[in-house]
Amino acid sequence: MEQKTESSKAVLGRLLERHYQEALDEKAKGGLVAWATSISPQELLETMDIKVVYPENHAAAIGARKQAESFIEHSEGNGYSVDICSYARVNLGYMEIQESAAGNIPLPDLIFCCSNICNTVIKWYENIANELGIPMILFDMPFNHTYDVSDESTTYIRRQLEEAIKTLEALKGKKFDYDRLKEVMKISTETARSWKAATMLATAKPSPLNGFDLFNYMAMIVCMRGKQEGLDLFNLWKGELEEKARLGLGPWKDAEEQYRVMWDGIACWPYLSDTYKVLKKYGINMVTSTYPDSWTVIYDAGDLDSMARAYSSNYVNRNLDFGVDNIAKIVEDFSLDGIVYHSNRSCKFMDFRQFEVQRRVEARTGVPSVIFDGDQTDPRAFSLAQYEMRIQTLMEMMRERKEGGQ
Amino acid sequence: MIIDELAGIAHDPRKSVDEHIARTGKKAIGCFPVYSPEELVYAAGMLPVGMWGGQTDISKATQYLQSFCCSIMKANLENGLNGVYDALSMAIIPTFCDTLKCMGEVWKTAVPKPECFTFVFPQNRKLEAGVDFMRSELERLRARLEGISGAKIGDGDIERAIAVYDEYRAAARDFVKTSPSYPLTVNARVRHNVLKAAFFMDKAEYAAKLRAATAELKALPPEDGGSRGVVLTGLLAEPDGFLDLFADSRLHVAADDLVQESKQFRVDAPKEGASPLDRLARRLSDMDGCSLLYDSARTRGQKILGMVKDTGAAGVVVCMMKFCDPEEFDYPIYKKELEKAGVPLLYLEIEQKMDSAEQLRTRIQTFAEMLGA
Repeated sequence: MEQKTESSKAVLGRLLERHYQEALDEKAKGGLVAWATSISPQELLETMDIKVVYPENHAAAIGARKQAESFIEHSEGNGYSVDICSYARVNLGYMEIQESAAGNIPLPDLIFCCSNICNTVIKWYENIANELGIPMILFDMPFNHTYDVSDESTTYIRRQLEEAIKTLEALKGKKFDYDRLKEVMKISTETARSWKAATMLATAKPSPLNGFDLFNYMAMIVCMRGKQEGLDLFNLWKGELEEKARLGLGPWKDAEEQYRVMWDGIACWPYLSDTYKVLKKYGINMVTSTYPDSWTVIYDAGDLDSMARAYSSNYVNRNLDFGVDNIAKIVEDFSLDGIVYHSNRSCKFMDFRQFEVQRRVEARTGVPSVIFDGDQTDPRAFSLAQYEMRIQTLMEMMRERKEGGQ
Repeated sequence: MIIDELAGIAHDPRKSVDEHIARTGKKAIGCFPVYSPEELVYAAGMLPVGMWGGQTDISKATQYLQSFCCSIMKANLENGLNGVYDALSMAIIPTFCDTLKCMGEVWKTAVPKPECFTFVFPQNRKLEAGVDFMRSELERLRARLEGISGAKIGDGDIERAIAVYDEYRAAARDFVKTSPSYPLTVNARVRHNVLKAAFFMDKAEYAAKLRAATAELKALPPEDGGSRGVVLTGLLAEPDGFLDLFADSRLHVAADDLVQESKQFRVDAPKEGASPLDRLARRLSDMDGCSLLYDSARTRGQKILGMVKDTGAAGVVVCMMKFCDPEEFDYPIYKKELEKAGVPLLYLEIEQKMDSAEQLRTRIQTFAEMLGA
């Protein structure tokens, strides 16, 4: 009875704790633990029963607990520049300190890196592999400067998946079970669909979801995509949101949703509640971001070509035209009033096309937007005053537009 | 001397490229950092031209790029927006880093001429799958170049181009091996500009000039000005004002581990291959110790140590291009290796346009004194 009434948030907390504990236990008994990038082909690890933790998740958690600075300073003391990705600085610091109030993760025996999110992870993970003297599997996903993933890229990636399977077989000393892979791929796709469907419920007006919750559930889609528990969790969350939408409930109990915006880029983890409260103060609900699609990795179970294409299709591995179409569609699907662009000092790939994306999306949709300076985990690169000023500006623009009848 | 002539070309690349186009009637193709398949451009009967930024004031580019973008890319975009590259028929923009990926996309939008060709270098370049992918990219470029020139590029043309480039690479290696014996004549600034001229000349002509320049040097008695040799590492070492600080402090370049210099010519194409494109693809597999190329073995530190040992250099100077993530990630790893080996190390942050090179004078002087220069 108790289990039935457990909320998805409670399940989330429990699963996350278990996820880290299992990895620590595995390490303690001498098993193999991998560190993987957030949108990597985890299906291969799951199939081989290799425990995996995600440094990006962990760095974000450290950031959200306002613990990032000591790790960052440690890395900078080792010679890491203040200009590189702060997730990397947090993680490379953690690798040596190995103690965090945000929870601990075991050191890896294997690096599992996929460049569909950026080239930076190649450098970051190369350094981990080098420092710890452990093997690294790299899935190099060629940047899609054409609109779609080319056949040549697909073949190159599929062959890397096959190569990785051989490496994993050698590391684990057992044959790769393709039937099991098919099963994991099926679950992963279903979980991805469930995640996407849940996040799409925010299209309702008012939205039953506030996007800062989305940031919390994101940790789970990163680490639970290939697991039945993950699928169950997202189905549960989806059910909760459906119910809220059916009852016409908005994101907050104590305030009305007046404006709907999307957040472009990663959250400012150290200021998660500050950034949230400023929006809420003005009745602005962040209903979505570019994230829901990032883990909507959909392919045909058992088909490695289709899997290769799906992993390479992540929006940060796509060209500018796709980036613009993607956001323009979000504006339409979610009936947005505005867009908040996070110029994230950590993420040069997202930054150096952001101005052009903003111009084109605005030209196409007419929806106003602002850009603020921040960082995903380095607390020194964000000013709450500047952020609030930008949000006020956005609100003025959204209000004028609404009053103008648009 | 011939080295002065070559150094002069690096100072006025536009003149060299325009003259070449006027003299030969050939088209010119821009090649963004850090590596482009120049051999293929050469085989197409066109002049590959290096696009390595410059001392440009940044204004229009700020509409596209935030302040924390590397100065080379900011300068390239600014130049593109100002029509500086109009004489080029195309610009090849590879995708070695996140900034370059954005540059290709921004270029397509912002710069009407020259058009851009995004070239995707595989990072898993040692796997056969990577070699095959690289070959498919080369085929794609080949077709585009044929479209521009209106003529087929035969395998024989590519073989000949590879031979020209291997000769250029050998000539450049001989020059950098010879130059430390002449620290006064070939000071840090001259050395850099002589090597940089390669980006703006026909490589066969450049190689011939460079061989003659090296022969001219070898005919001179070795110089001993009490100067100490250092190894430079980084993306590039510019501007001239920065390099002058080395001579002023009685330091010269014993060897370099710079992407813009020795990494361009350290590795030849393999002698054998299934096809000339295969040889070009496999050359990429053989290029190690570069921050822009996946290298889980991280051989860079050992390579720098090897250079220090081979040349008897007194120390290493890190020329860190501000906002270059790949270089910034490499530094802590090789720093540790160099420190462990007891090699003196000086870390300097640079930008292409430096009003503040003078601020580095004291640091370079102090380092030189420590090395006994």
